[in-house]
Amino acid sequence: MKTTAQNLFDLSVTVNGTRYEQAVEPRTLLSDFLRHELGLTGTHVGCEHGVCGACTVLLNGESVRSCLMFAVQAHGREITTVEGLGTIEKLHPIQEAFHEAHGLQCGFCTPGILTTVVPFLEQNPHPSEEEIREAISGNVCRCTGYQHIVDAIKLASDRMNK
Amino acid sequence: MEKKLIGKRIVRNEDPRLLTGQAQFVDDVEIPGMLHAAFLRSDHAHARLSSLDVSAARRYPGVVAVFTAEDMGEDWSPGPPLVSPPPTVKDVVFHSRRQVPLVKDKVRHAGEAIALVIAESRYIAEDAVEEIELELEPLPAVLDLEKALEAESCLVHEDLESNLAARLFQKKGNYEAARKEAGLVVRRRIVIERGAAAAMENRGIVAHWDAKSQHLTMWDTTQAPIPIRNGTAARLGLSEHQVRVIAPFIGGGFGPKIMMFYPEEMLIPWVAMKLNRPIKWIEDRRENFYATTQERGQVHDVEIALSRDGQILGLKDDFLHDTGAYDPYGLTIPLNTQSHVMGGYDIKNFSSDFKVVFTNKTIVTPVRGAGRPQGIFIIERILDIAAAELGMDRVEIRKRNLIPPQAFPYQHEIIDQAFAPLILDSGNYKVVVDKALEMIGYEAFVKTEQPRLRKEGKYVGIGIAPFIETTGVGPYEGARVTIEASGKVNVATGIGTQGQGHFTSFAQIVAEQLGVKVSDVRIVTGDTAEFHWGTGTFASRGAVVAGNAVHAACTLVRKKVLKLASKVLEAPEGELELDNGLVRVADIPQKSIRLGELAMLANPLRGAVEPGTEPGLESTAYFGPQYGATAFGGHAMILELDPETMMVTIKRYVVAEDCGTVLNPLILEGQIHGGVSMGIGNSYYEKLHFDENGQLLNASFADYLLASSTEMPRVEVAHLETPSSLNELGSKGAGEAGAIPVPALFAQALENALHDRKLEILEMPLSPNRLFELIHAKETQ
Repeated sequence: MKTTAQNLFDLSVTVNGTRYEQAVEPRTLLSDFLRHELGLTGTHVGCEHGVCGACTVLLNGESVRSCLMFAVQAHGREITTVEGLGTIEKLHPIQEAFHEAHGLQCGFCTPGILTTVVPFLEQNPHPSEEEIREAISGNVCRCTGYQHIVDAIKLASDRMNK
Repeated sequence: MEKKLIGKRIVRNEDPRLLTGQAQFVDDVEIPGMLHAAFLRSDHAHARLSSLDVSAARRYPGVVAVFTAEDMGEDWSPGPPLVSPPPTVKDVVFHSRRQVPLVKDKVRHAGEAIALVIAESRYIAEDAVEEIELELEPLPAVLDLEKALEAESCLVHEDLESNLAARLFQKKGNYEAARKEAGLVVRRRIVIERGAAAAMENRGIVAHWDAKSQHLTMWDTTQAPIPIRNGTAARLGLSEHQVRVIAPFIGGGFGPKIMMFYPEEMLIPWVAMKLNRPIKWIEDRRENFYATTQERGQVHDVEIALSRDGQILGLKDDFLHDTGAYDPYGLTIPLNTQSHVMGGYDIKNFSSDFKVVFTNKTIVTPVRGAGRPQGIFIIERILDIAAAELGMDRVEIRKRNLIPPQAFPYQHEIIDQAFAPLILDSGNYKVVVDKALEMIGYEAFVKTEQPRLRKEGKYVGIGIAPFIETTGVGPYEGARVTIEASGKVNVATGIGTQGQGHFTSFAQIVAEQLGVKVSDVRIVTGDTAEFHWGTGTFASRGAVVAGNAVHAACTLVRKKVLKLASKVLEAPEGELELDNGLVRVADIPQKSIRLGELAMLANPLRGAVEPGTEPGLESTAYFGPQYGATAFGGHAMILELDPETMMVTIKRYVVAEDCGTVLNPLILEGQIHGGVSMGIGNSYYEKLHFDENGQLLNASFADYLLASSTEMPRVEVAHLETPSSLNELGSKGAGEAGAIPVPALFAQALENALHDRKLEILEMPLSPNRLFELIHAKETQ
């Protein structure tokens, strides 16, 4: 991203297992850095103020909102985006469950939901429907009414923790 | 013939890309040398522009250009009229006032664009917007629909005599005569206010003018790529073939993305050509709240005339419709309201006069439901009130008046939004209502469960709301189906997709006829380079109109396949079958040829062909219905109200839906779930609050509440199928269905929960606060 600022910060960050060294303007949001500097456009931006959850990524394994963080705050840390979960050829079990249960429609909120669900299922491998609903209550989906998302998460938890 | 694939729960072809971050949305487009746009927008809803100085912004480091209306010179002009007024109705009034690319002299709604900054990055563009010096002279904001029509009101468009944008009257039978016969006449005023569509993806445009090839490519979050291409070419003086519009993956549409042309859609390609640089503009959420179209604001004066035994003798509904600052979308929404206010009921006498009103608010164009939820809210509310006055059961009053199955096709004798006669083509309405009642366990709940819970002090309510949805309107859509040498099938159609699963449901239609795997069908939507005839995705018409065009093209391709295979396999066409990517002789399975091989034979590189031969296994077909197919459904719910906090918990929610032939129940259920969640928002959470100056007070997701996973109930869905005779697949649309009856149902169930308060809910959307106010007002009456 071209900038007029003089004080660039030498950022070093690992994203999806790849280490990046890049000078960034301190005000660059993490979401913009991932999307427009690294070309990892799977992370989406829906509200720019941390409410909708579409921009959620994993920072050292925990869900964070990349629109509420500056890229420099990720210095020296590890980030996983949706691109780091699975591939088209080999989907992550949670992605697979979303596919089977029709847990997405337009797919815009989906990356943020997946990156919310990954640590959730690690911490709570056998969640109840109520716990699932609570876990994704900070992610807005305008298409699905959440039912198939809830079903997908249940399916994933059943499969991953047989 | 038994269908193998149509009607099956097949998982979606498009999912793997979406799930892995490999699907391209507009903001994902990156082009070397691309510049970024940001707008200066008005903070005032109504104001005269007194001075505008962009010189400091132009000097700001990293800024490439700044444009005002003045800078556009002769290229400044309002957007094209999108939908003309209905030609067939007598005495229609319609004043067309269209949105402008940049404000020239007067601001007409908060958020209207005044200047455009183009810079090396979005960050710099936004910085530079702050450098613009703007003086506005505020004028009184026109907000209230009734006051807007008073003689002393300030005018949104000063060249008009009043704020009346349009007026249209329609009638059926003789309402006044019916009223005289009536045993009961009930009259109410009902107010419905605005909500936002709030697609998760904001709007966005990337325009790339390649001067060397004299070609413009535009990525746009539109539901209507082909009209955008044609209009853009016309505005820029280019051939339509010099413009390619791509609507790639779109993060939800819900109506506002069918609006054409947004100011940004007029400006961004123009600037790209002007500067000869690729330009990207991505709307932010705040802009989305101000500059993306909204809907629902109406004030109704409704009157119903009934016999003492509950038969509807006539209905009169006069209403005001808020169109916002401009009216590019014509009369679509109020006509839809007018077409739905009789619901699925046999009403012989009807009279409706609507006035469309200009206000200093964001432009109004359809939002999922598009005037239909208002119509259904009116009829269902007034029936509830009438039932109460007659001492009649609310299920009974509905069943008594539903259109009987033998009455189809049923003529409502007015025109609908497509200017076609409003004819309900088919259905079996009572069966659907009974199904919803059975699913919710209506009898048992009302007779035993509810009295028991009420004794425990619980405020539990039940409701039932039937509805119609006119869908699948014309004019037409088309599709080109090609069997390629690989044996895979490519299908191009002109509509756009915003999550409805067309990549799969259309593939099922293809696979059904051509005997290939669903995953071997590549569907292209939303790219004018692939298909350039069509209108767009709106009015719940994708699956019906484009789906039937795909079906028709497949029928032609299948004929070509059979003709050629018959020659190659030396067997009569009638003995051939298509299965598993092969054409084979039914009784001699080893005698077969792969579709790919056949495609190659159909496109020879040498030799002579018979005169008139078309190359390849490819056909294009179009489908345009005579009039739209009308779906029907019934929703029922049980809710519990906390009398302290006024928070509502939905205990059960059921949907019985008849949208004709179901293509894919999995996708259909998803559409219904999503529609219901929007309807629940429209009922109890989502209201745009404007203050007395026309300022939107809740322009963020922190303040404008969307239903989240914890508010949404599990929605149980049952499908009943009365195939439409208006198209070969027998389908009817369902995209908006989920949202339509919810406010009517919600109001009924709330009143039922509060039965001892005798509350009448005559407005939407509500909220816990507003319900508290209504109850309090009733108590202190």
